[in-house]
Amino acid sequence: MLTPSYLIQQFINALNMGSIYALVAIGLTVVYGILRLINFAHGDMMTVGAYLALAVLSSLALPAWTALLIPVFVVAALGVLIERLAYRPLRGAPEVAMLITSLAVSSLIENGATMTLTAQPRPVRLPAELVQRVDALGINFAVMDGVIVALAVALMIALSLFVRRTTIGIAMRACSENVRVTQLMGIDVNRVIAVAFAISAGLAAVAGVLWSGKFGIVDPFMGFVPGLKAFVAAVIGGIGNIPGAMLGGYLLGFAEVFFVAFMPPEVSGYRDAFVFVLLLVVLLVRPSGLLGTREVNRA
Amino acid sequence: MKRLLPVLWIVGVMGLAALAQSALNDYYQRVLAVIAINIMLAVSLNLTNGFSGDFSLGHAAFMAIGAYTSAILTLPARTKAIVLPDLPPWLGQVELPFLIAILIGCALAGLVAFLVGLPVLRLRGHYLSVATLGLMVIVQVVALNWQPITRGARGISGLPPLTTLLWAYGLMLVTVMVIWRIVHSSLGRAMMAVREDELAAACRGVRVFRTRLFAFVTGALFASAAGALWAHLITAITPSSFSFLLTFNVVAMVVIGGAGSVSGSVIGAVLMTLLPELLRRVETALAIGGQPLYGLSQIVIAVLMLLVMIFRPQGLMGRHELIQVLAGLSGARNKPSSAPAELAGEAQRVA
Repeated sequence: MLTPSYLIQQFINALNMGSIYALVAIGLTVVYGILRLINFAHGDMMTVGAYLALAVLSSLALPAWTALLIPVFVVAALGVLIERLAYRPLRGAPEVAMLITSLAVSSLIENGATMTLTAQPRPVRLPAELVQRVDALGINFAVMDGVIVALAVALMIALSLFVRRTTIGIAMRACSENVRVTQLMGIDVNRVIAVAFAISAGLAAVAGVLWSGKFGIVDPFMGFVPGLKAFVAAVIGGIGNIPGAMLGGYLLGFAEVFFVAFMPPEVSGYRDAFVFVLLLVVLLVRPSGLLGTREVNRA
Repeated sequence: MKRLLPVLWIVGVMGLAALAQSALNDYYQRVLAVIAINIMLAVSLNLTNGFSGDFSLGHAAFMAIGAYTSAILTLPARTKAIVLPDLPPWLGQVELPFLIAILIGCALAGLVAFLVGLPVLRLRGHYLSVATLGLMVIVQVVALNWQPITRGARGISGLPPLTTLLWAYGLMLVTVMVIWRIVHSSLGRAMMAVREDELAAACRGVRVFRTRLFAFVTGALFASAAGALWAHLITAITPSSFSFLLTFNVVAMVVIGGAGSVSGSVIGAVLMTLLPELLRRVETALAIGGQPLYGLSQIVIAVLMLLVMIFRPQGLMGRHELIQVLAGLSGARNKPSSAPAELAGEAQRVA
């Protein structure tokens, strides 16, 4: 059962899941860091991205690579729009108001998709180049697996550079330290928040496209559970902390995949339960996460 | 007169329920029963989400625990031998009266709420939202995979239809009255003090963690009872019955009715039961290209919630009770007694 090739396969699988969780978790953590908002509609950005990719792939007029690019920009714009319409009017309201709003946005997207596109799952046909398997370094894997990891890592490096080297990126980190002081420094906080939402939604769109490519299926509720799990990843790494979200994403991916790989089949059905039990354990043992700073009971 | 008021309520509501049970057809009886169940859910969720200020999203999970427990405990032994042959013998033989089954379900849900609340409620209120949503996923996954007890995805059907209007409105009255008493006791004021300012409340001697845990566990107890009522109303349960949708709708009732007002939750529950019921007819009637507009009622609820958050974030009732509002309208200019600033001061007596 536990042959080397099986282990390697699981390892690749875990890297894939971890990459996707990390991308989603970064988006959650960036927004949480600034607004203290747990964005329950974040997973639904994945769904929108996946549907857009499907639409691009099934239209013959557009080249396949635009199936990644178009969703990213459209969903990033959607993220900014939602922030403008739904969250900005609530600036200064109790934190829970935004949380409720994000629940409503999530329901709106899921049911809007159900109403217009039906709840029927749709199959995703990847371009042939992505499905073929290759041998590299003595490991056999599908091109798609490699694409997922490479793209995720590239995006994470780009994001790390962005938040360290650009003014707006530095402003973003400053905001997550202290919004009010950042504002006093002459930073347009609304602009920073808009950028944060654009990045967050854009990364979620990438994650959604990759997810639908890996599992070959799209449906209106596909983003809900990965969105929640990404929160678990963000908490493991320390919420509000970008490197923490990356680390948490990969840890969660490995924990989940190897739970399924090593447990007998009658237990592996509990994989989603395992993830959230993990959340409860982390909250009990180390609520500030691996890389996070201690958050006081009430800000 | 004031002592007689609860008695009048009980006699009035139960009298009407008995009348409705004998006079109305099945459809209206079912809608009325759903209203009672939703009132229980909304009022109990309000205890955490409105009064103690922790935003729980776990009501579907606690409902599922109540529903499955009472389903398994009340199903006749002969049916169980066929439907659930792999039950442990002691569970297969047992056949309990409805009330006992409900109470056992409440105890289980309360225990689960306690175990989840223990790590989570020491943290910011936020974490409770995600942890309770996680709990919902855990409960669903367990219901899906624990074949010998829950029959997995097939669910349990053919439950005895025990939920009459008398049961539903009886338990609804118990829920509302107990929670009304809690909210208007020193404990309730402690909850509100915690909601307004945890630090100030703690300084005044409120045991913050205990108060929050109490609100969370109590809410879970009543959610479980509502779940049992629901199971025996619909007479069939599957893991997917207790989805996020259900929680979302209860949250909508609380938010739209007014978090922090018991009568607001009641009003929210009534509105949010009747509105989708009406819209469901529109969904199938207004088909575009022959396709029914499934999801429309949920979209309307979501938009309503967005509008409420932007234009009236305190909900219809805010933190006032219907009685205060009516008293205000009738010209009796009593000072509204809901000023939160007084609460922390009053709460010190709790310690």
